Amino acid sequence: MANVFVDERALVEGERPMFQASWGKLMMWFFLVSDAFTFSAFLITYGALRVRSVAEPGAQAWADPEKVFTHTPGLYEIFHIEAPLVFVGIMTFILILSSVTMVLAVEAGHRRAKEEVAKWTFYTILGGAAFLSCQAYEWYHFIHGFEDQGVVIPAEVLEPLSTKYADGGEYTALFVNGNDGELLGFRIKEDGRLIQRTEIVNQIKTLADQKNTHSEYLHRTTGGANLKANEYGPQAFADLFFFVTGFHGTHVLSGVVLLIILYLNVRKGTYEKRGHYEMVEKIGLYWHFVDLVWVFVFTFFYLV
Amino acid sequence: MGTASDGGAADRKEIIKTAWILAGLTAFEFFVAFTWRGFAEMTGISVDTVETMKNLLFIILTIFKAFYIVAYFMHLKHELRRLILTVGIPFLFIIWLIIGLIIEGSYWGSLS
Repeated sequence: MANVFVDERALVEGERPMFQASWGKLMMWFFLVSDAFTFSAFLITYGALRVRSVAEPGAQAWADPEKVFTHTPGLYEIFHIEAPLVFVGIMTFILILSSVTMVLAVEAGHRRAKEEVAKWTFYTILGGAAFLSCQAYEWYHFIHGFEDQGVVIPAEVLEPLSTKYADGGEYTALFVNGNDGELLGFRIKEDGRLIQRTEIVNQIKTLADQKNTHSEYLHRTTGGANLKANEYGPQAFADLFFFVTGFHGTHVLSGVVLLIILYLNVRKGTYEKRGHYEMVEKIGLYWHFVDLVWVFVFTFFYLV
Repeated sequence: MGTASDGGAADRKEIIKTAWILAGLTAFEFFVAFTWRGFAEMTGISVDTVETMKNLLFIILTIFKAFYIVAYFMHLKHELRRLILTVGIPFLFIIWLIIGLIIEGSYWGSLS
């Protein structure tokens, strides 16, 4: 590329860098290669565990993303519509868009157009912040889960509890988990009251054990997911979701911090004084890499 | 590639073109994600077969998107061949890891 900047001061005693690109950009490339290996390891682990779960006879079905990621801000809160994949689609477009504004900032940097670099960097920061907010929303709903998880409890199990619940009907109980995965009690769906009475809890436990396998029982005892329980499917799905999207989100966060520093420096005229805007290229490489990783995360967690 | 003489107009044109390709591929992915079940019903091909085809299509599209991001947004296409190879060759190990662990994963499953 004609515009690739070679920082003369990076040449050690007249020695040419091996690759036309400056040492700074080279090192960013090598860092990104190593980072890509980490993400690859995460995603391949996901693939291996998923294939294992599919091949294992009688194993719980792998989570279906269309049933897991169904919350979209506004649609869900106001209209109570569950729209699978819509929100993650918006997130994907936000990130692609922020990548476009980033590469436009890089291009403006080649022309040393200070105001334009600042403008596109600012839009990229907005894109990154928007993406992080979306992720916070998605994590909240992933952790929180759906409230109607539970098993139907026949009246005779509830009879010793009180006359109120022993009128012959059936109730859906929502289970409540302790931190160690133990059943502490259950909530009656109608009034949301938490009931913790050992004999009732034990009866429900037996009932759930009879109806389902142990893993299915655990699956039903929790709304949402955390590192120990997962309502949507095998535990590995929730664990990897948190690790992979969390690791990616951390990268986005670091990217936003770098971009803010870049923005302030552009405004201060640091790169104008330095005579080149190579820093935009280096941070740009990092930002595009984050977008690149999302392309893979998106495919393997949400589409396939 | 544009040079300083055209004020970066050619570069910007390439950026916008790449952006449209990426947006188009993503939109197409969503179209497939929402219609593949209907496609299976319409054509009478079994759901499992269509699902496998769909997954394969998604993986191919992902690789295309990755190529466009790395080649044009990260400008790797315009770097020296040496750098392209240095960055690219290590990923042969990743291909090996994918094949290895997918086979192993399936084997763990059949063991238990």
